[in-house]
Amino acid sequence: MAPLQAPEVWSADDTSPGEIESALRTLLEEQHASSDAYVPARVLNLVAIVDRDWRGEIVNRLERVGRYHPSRTIVIAVERGRSKLSAWATMSAHGDPEPGSICVCEERVEIEVGPEHVARLATIVDPLVVQDLSTVVWAPHGHNEAVDALLDVADVNLLDSVEAPDPASAIGRAQQLLEAGYVVDLAWLRSTPWRERIAATFDPPAFRGELGTIDEVTVHHRDDSAISAMLLVGWLASRLGWEPGAVVRQNGSMLSRARGRRAEVKLRLEPEARQDVPGLAGITIGTGGGMTVSLDRGPGGLAAKRRLHDGREYSWVVLGASRGEAGILGEGIRQALLRDPTYGPALSAASAMLSSG
Amino acid sequence: MATVAQPQRQDEANPLVEGLERLPVHPTTLVIFGATGDLAKRKLLPAIYNLAHEGALPERFNLIGVSRGDIGDDGFQELARESISQFSRRPADEKVLAALVENMRYVPGSFDEDQVYEKLGEAAKELDEQAGIAFNRLFYLSTAPSFFPVIAGKLGERGLHETEGAEVRMIVEKPFGTDLDSARSLNRELLSVFDERQIYRIDHYLGKETVQNMLVLRFANGIFEPLWNRSYVDSVQITAAEDIGIGTRAGYYDKSGALRDLVQNHMLQLLMLLAMEPPVSFDADAVRDEKVKILHAIKAPAIEEVPEMAVRAQYGPGASGGEQVPGYLDEEGVPDGSRTETFAALRLKVDNWRWAGVPFYLRTGKRLARKITEIAVTLKPVPHLAFQQRGSLGVQPNQLILSVQPNEGVSLSLVAKIPGARLSVRPVNMEFLYGTSFLSQSPEAYERLILDTMRGDATLFARNDEVERAWTICDPILEAWSRMDEPLPTYPAGSAGPEEANALIEDGHVWRPL
Repeated sequence: MAPLQAPEVWSADDTSPGEIESALRTLLEEQHASSDAYVPARVLNLVAIVDRDWRGEIVNRLERVGRYHPSRTIVIAVERGRSKLSAWATMSAHGDPEPGSICVCEERVEIEVGPEHVARLATIVDPLVVQDLSTVVWAPHGHNEAVDALLDVADVNLLDSVEAPDPASAIGRAQQLLEAGYVVDLAWLRSTPWRERIAATFDPPAFRGELGTIDEVTVHHRDDSAISAMLLVGWLASRLGWEPGAVVRQNGSMLSRARGRRAEVKLRLEPEARQDVPGLAGITIGTGGGMTVSLDRGPGGLAAKRRLHDGREYSWVVLGASRGEAGILGEGIRQALLRDPTYGPALSAASAMLSSG
Repeated sequence: MATVAQPQRQDEANPLVEGLERLPVHPTTLVIFGATGDLAKRKLLPAIYNLAHEGALPERFNLIGVSRGDIGDDGFQELARESISQFSRRPADEKVLAALVENMRYVPGSFDEDQVYEKLGEAAKELDEQAGIAFNRLFYLSTAPSFFPVIAGKLGERGLHETEGAEVRMIVEKPFGTDLDSARSLNRELLSVFDERQIYRIDHYLGKETVQNMLVLRFANGIFEPLWNRSYVDSVQITAAEDIGIGTRAGYYDKSGALRDLVQNHMLQLLMLLAMEPPVSFDADAVRDEKVKILHAIKAPAIEEVPEMAVRAQYGPGASGGEQVPGYLDEEGVPDGSRTETFAALRLKVDNWRWAGVPFYLRTGKRLARKITEIAVTLKPVPHLAFQQRGSLGVQPNQLILSVQPNEGVSLSLVAKIPGARLSVRPVNMEFLYGTSFLSQSPEAYERLILDTMRGDATLFARNDEVERAWTICDPILEAWSRMDEPLPTYPAGSAGPEEANALIEDGHVWRPL
């Protein structure tokens, strides 16, 4: 993203939300006066709550989300020992203005707060979000108390269940936030291509009937991404009407059985040591009709294999580029404007796998 | 006439598609006729790559190129790789690109040779057998229009227009005829082999997000529809202006001209979307039924009426972008004394209950002052003014502007008070710009339209009756112009068009400044 030709940065110590909001208005007026090609993006607000010492890493991640940038980003950096607010604000644009065209600007505010501000964070953030736009709250370094303080301001809570210490706490926190509003879970979004391709694999009329006879599912995942595998199995269970039973841990794997409409389904979640990115490594689905379908990460997309009951085997590549972690975060921001009705039921089914035992 | 299977609408029955943004598309074999041509290289192959990059192609996908040169599979794969690398809207991911092109096949030969279709049939069958499924087949006719009936006929002779257990579809590029007779003839020949539901007449304008959004703007916002009629709308102007000349396209353009090139298709499509009644659903035929009713409500002019409702002109020398540029007759490849119009303006009336008496002004041209495509809906003025207008720009009627390019968005002109002690007013704009309000980048029109065809959704494609009715309106104008022997009006390159266009405007209206 190119900076404005004459980038203005406003900053102040011992400041207030009123002063920051006034500075943002002034920045916008000044930029518009310099060229009416500069127009502010008006899509959504993102409030990122971070540790002061690690704010740079988060800012870098946000800068790499490409076109999925928020319109107004408010970074709240929590610093131990701080009692007054310090802030800076700026605008940046996508490229230079061209004749007859527009140049979209995004606004960024960073506010350093102390631990004592966290409980009252809504009184700092609420005056600064652009009204009538969706507000997304993201706390990549934890700070659950800050997220809780912003529940009334947030339309959407962005989280990454993979970052939770274990699947149980990931599911518990996601369910808690889901009760308060909409949740976008990056762990869920990493499974989107897998869900799309599983749906497509069983979509041709010749294979549709096999969906009801699935009797075995094995999911491979990165060691720290068991929650991703649980969400994928939870999705299958909720869409296909299975009742999953409690998981049993065995040699690092999680085993379970689900009661399907016609058959029992064996579920197996296995860590994959060679997987170097968060999320899933592969899935194999077997059906009562003797068909086996597998999808595994491969060059240029997912390596797909279908083995029929008579032993015939077909292999192909389902084309698609990896989005990378920056792409996943960008997708998370984009998804805040949409509504996926299947995450909640998948989460509930995953929760049942942990609690029903 | 071919019998075809029912459209593959399976989303209700597959419980896994709920909540997915990208619905499964049936495995497809795409065959591009004219696969080494300019359109394939610049638009089609990059569009296919971008669909692959996003994971939007069908789960299983094959591409077979058909063209004259004997370059073999390897040569075609190399051509595809180079075209995609050069023209894709995003840098190509090497792994995806390699996986996409490695299975591309190529069938060489002329489009009228039987052996081409024999080889094509064999290749398609082999792909089905290798996969153990029946792929849908999609034939993309990216060729000179004279080959459309030839290719359709040969496909029919070989039985490639239908396949057991899968759909066969065909995309036809414009122009869909050069007049009513040729359009009817083309439709007749295509429909002697394919069913109308199999034919997708592509007009890439309809793949633009802003054009599609006209339906959403009108039918998903309660604010507009009450005003969208003769009681409140004073006039409508549709402009498709280009600041460039004909470049290297003299061969095509001189036979076509502005009316055939843009008015008969793109501009009448915009008019239909703007003026149509709400469809009962957004199914392809429900939308197209309503669109074609608008064309039926436009009376085709009698030859003698044409000078009153249509103006043509040709650009002369002038200046564009600060540089001297030649006139049309001096462009490379333009025949001496050519009378092809590079500018066309029309005044049309939509004679139905909603629009009776509202003039629709259309204008298009090359080498105009700026590149812009927009629709301006001018509302009637307020009936009584309580304000003094002295010392201000005064009250202007509200205008709703739907911008298609280069900016995509909607603006509404309002009248506002100028800050100060006096009650002076001036027009201001309330603007919505796509670029500021959405995170998603609009897909290229071809990406959207190719995917729609693979899905079997014909909403954004022209139906045979639409095409023929559009020619019914344009034919008399072309006929009248061909009979005129007076000098063609001219306009300086880089200007807003010919003076003569102002004569079309009635009742105190003016063309919007370019």
